[in-house]
Amino acid sequence: MADDNRKIAFICSKGDLDMAYPALIMGWAALGNGIDVTIFFTFWGMDLITNKRVDHLELAPVANTSMKMSMMGVPGNLGIPNVMGILPGMTAFTTNFMNNKMKSLGVPPVREYLAMMVDAGAQLYACKMSVDMFGLKKEDFIDGVCDIVTASDFIDMVADAQVIFI
Amino acid sequence: MATRTICGVTVQVNDEGFMTNPAEWNKDIAVELAKEEGIAELTPNHWKVIDFCRQSAATSGAAPTIRTITSGSGISTKELFSLFPKGPAKKVAKISGLGKPEGCV
Repeated sequence: MADDNRKIAFICSKGDLDMAYPALIMGWAALGNGIDVTIFFTFWGMDLITNKRVDHLELAPVANTSMKMSMMGVPGNLGIPNVMGILPGMTAFTTNFMNNKMKSLGVPPVREYLAMMVDAGAQLYACKMSVDMFGLKKEDFIDGVCDIVTASDFIDMVADAQVIFI
Repeated sequence: MATRTICGVTVQVNDEGFMTNPAEWNKDIAVELAKEEGIAELTPNHWKVIDFCRQSAATSGAAPTIRTITSGSGISTKELFSLFPKGPAKKVAKISGLGKPEGCV
């Protein structure tokens, strides 16, 4: 089969709730199709593998032009006005809304999703420079993170992989 | 629609080799399809997965996703990936005589 030696690597550089899912969903699909998956977490993406942060990822409504109120059952093409988005509790509201949407689609939370991917053979790596920048240690990470590696290590690691930056 | 003969039974298949009529499937066909997918022997745990997929598809009309299988069959993700190495999503569906799973998770 053509997929036999195929490899995909994702670079997760964002820590927003909505930006956590693309690599998880595509990576899970790749694993299911027998493709090797490596994920490199860098900058804000470190939140996805940091124990203290992973269960508290958020989605802010401010300057989010795609998040229309039609998702919430309001007819038409109305957005959430930015001036409303800055009110206390609005980020919590949109975060909760997105979490519920994901739940209703049978999509697990990020921590559980990553654990499932590790069980399926995904290799997770943390970026050395980000680890230094945020003052993190290996014990701050969720189970399944293989190692802390430099950008150069990662580039060598993915020599024969398709690389997707998120 | 193409057809092929497996274990003396002529079945309908699509261009990716998935059977298109689950009613044409039987356990001998599963054993043969498993061999083609590189699984020499179907153990009781393989059957647990296959039986679950058949039941799930009979109810929902589509092959279950990996997460549906692991949350419903009692087989863990790790176990499923070792029972059906290198791509359980398609392999399980193919051996079970079902189409490709519909759904992403």
